[in-house]
Amino acid sequence: MKKIEAIIRKTKFEDVKEALLAAGIEWFSYYEVRGEGKMRQARIYRGVMYNTSCIERVLLNIVVRDKNVERAVAAVQQAAHTGEIGDGRIFVIPVENAVRIRTGESGDIALYNAEQEK
Amino acid sequence: MTTLLTVLNAGNTAWLTMSTILVMLMTIPGLALFYGGLVRSKNILSIIMQCFSLTAVISILWIAFGYSWVFGTGFHGTGLGAFIGGFDKTFLQGVGITSVMAPSGVPEITFCMFQCMFAVITPALIVGAFAERLKFSSFLVFSILWTLLVYNPMAHFVWGGGWLQQLGALDFAGGTVVHINAGVSALVMALMLGRRSDYKPDRPIAATNVTYVFLGAAFLWLGWFGFNAGSGLTADGLDANAFLVTHLCTCVAAMTWMAIDWICSARPTTVGACTGAVAGLVAITPAAGSTGVLGAMMIGFITACCCYWMVAYVKPKFGYDDALDAFGVHGVGGILGSILTGVFATAAITGGAKGALYGDWHQLGVQCVATLFSIVYSGVITFVLFKLIDKTIGIRVDKRVEEEGLDIYEHGENAYN
Repeated sequence: MKKIEAIIRKTKFEDVKEALLAAGIEWFSYYEVRGEGKMRQARIYRGVMYNTSCIERVLLNIVVRDKNVERAVAAVQQAAHTGEIGDGRIFVIPVENAVRIRTGESGDIALYNAEQEK
Repeated sequence: MTTLLTVLNAGNTAWLTMSTILVMLMTIPGLALFYGGLVRSKNILSIIMQCFSLTAVISILWIAFGYSWVFGTGFHGTGLGAFIGGFDKTFLQGVGITSVMAPSGVPEITFCMFQCMFAVITPALIVGAFAERLKFSSFLVFSILWTLLVYNPMAHFVWGGGWLQQLGALDFAGGTVVHINAGVSALVMALMLGRRSDYKPDRPIAATNVTYVFLGAAFLWLGWFGFNAGSGLTADGLDANAFLVTHLCTCVAAMTWMAIDWICSARPTTVGACTGAVAGLVAITPAAGSTGVLGAMMIGFITACCCYWMVAYVKPKFGYDDALDAFGVHGVGGILGSILTGVFATAAITGGAKGALYGDWHQLGVQCVATLFSIVYSGVITFVLFKLIDKTIGIRVDKRVEEEGLDIYEHGENAYN
C-alpha cells in the first residue's frame, strides 16, 4: 500500500484526473496549495512593482495498492507534463494500514471494492 | 436665503433629489467597496462598518446641528458668523415643507439632505489612510469631532457665506471642503499613527478583491455625477457642463494612469485604472462649475501624472503608510483641482470669474489662499484631535488585534465563512 503525493499545475488538474480514472484509480483527494520556489512573478500595485515567489499548485493525495503504484505514477507524470519548469513532483510514500470506516475492513481490501474487481 | 415667495421648481427638485441619492451611493456602497476591496480579507468588514456607520452617525449629527452650523444665519453679521452659521436651524427648526431655496426653487429640506450626503462622505474618505489599524470606538469619536470642528466650519467658510466665499474662492462641489480637507487629515493621521506593523514600503499589501475595487470605483464615478452636476442645485446648462467635464476629466485621468502604468510597470493594471479615475473625479470637483472641455482634459491629465508620482514614488520613498492612498489621491487631487481651477476657469462657464489662462491672475491667487488655508486648518485640527483621542481612549488597536484582523476582534465576525 502506497500513498502518491503529486504536486501539479492547476491547469493540468482536469487532464490528470481523467488519466487517473483511465488508469483505474477511482478516488483520491486534492488540495489547492501554495509553495515557495525559484519562480518569480511580477506584480504591480499602484505603480509599485514587486516580485512574488508564491506558486499556486494542486496537491493530489492518492492511496493505492502496491500493484497500482506504477500505473498511477505514470498516469500523473504523463498527464501533468508540459516540459516547462514548474511541472511539479511526484512522491511515493509507504502506508502502514488503511481502514474502511463503513465496514471496519482493514488492509488492501479497504482500498477497493472486492465485488466490482474480478 | 430662503423665502416663502420663491416658487417651487419641480424640475430642479427632481434632479436634486436624484443627485442626493447618487451622492449617497458614493459612500455606501461605493467607497465601502473601493476601500474594502483594497484591504486584506481580515479587515474588509472594518472598512464596510466604518463607511456604513458614518452614513448614519453623520446624518444624525447633520440634522441635529451640522446643517445649522453651516447654513444657519443666526450669527450672520456678527464676528462669530465668519466661523459658524448659527444655532437657529438646530434640528431643522423652521425648515418646513414650505421653505424653498432661492433662486433654484428646491425645498430647503432637499437641499439639507443633499448637503448631508457631502458631510457623510468627507470623513469616510479619511478611512483610507488609517485602514487596518484604528479602533472602531476611537474612529467614531474622531469622525464625530472631525465633522464638528473641521468639516462644518470649512463648509461654512466656502459655501455658507463665510470668509472664503466672500473672498471669491471657486469651489463648485467641494475640492477644498471635501477633498483637501479629508486628504490632508488623512496624511496627518497616517503620519502620526505610523505604519501597519507588517507594511514595507517596497512591498505593497495586495488587494483582497480587485473586483470590489472596480465595483467601488464604478459607483464612485456614477455617484459623482450627482456630486458635481447636482451642486449647482438647478437642472440647467451649468449642471450639464458639470456633468460633461466630470465625465471627460475622469476618462482622461483613467487612461493617463493606465498609460503610465503600461510604460513604467509594463502592465495596464485594473487597480491603477480605477485609481486614476478616482483621482480625475476628485480634481474636477472644484472646477466642474468653471471649466470647459479644455480645462477638464488638462486637469485630468495633470492630476493623473501627479497622483501617480505621489503614490508610486513619493510614498514609498518617505515610507509613510497612507494605506489606501487617501492623501495621494484625494489630497493631491483636491489640491491640484483647486489650484488648477484658478488656471482653467473660463468666463464662458462662470459668467464672470476667469483663470490665469485667460488673463486673471487674481483668481489663481484666491484659489491658492483657499487651498493653503484648508491644508493648514484641517492639518492642525486633525493633529490636535489625534493627540486628544490617543491620550484619552487610545487610538490604535493592539498589535495582536492588528495581526489577526479588525473584523474578528473589533466586530466579532468574519467576512468570509
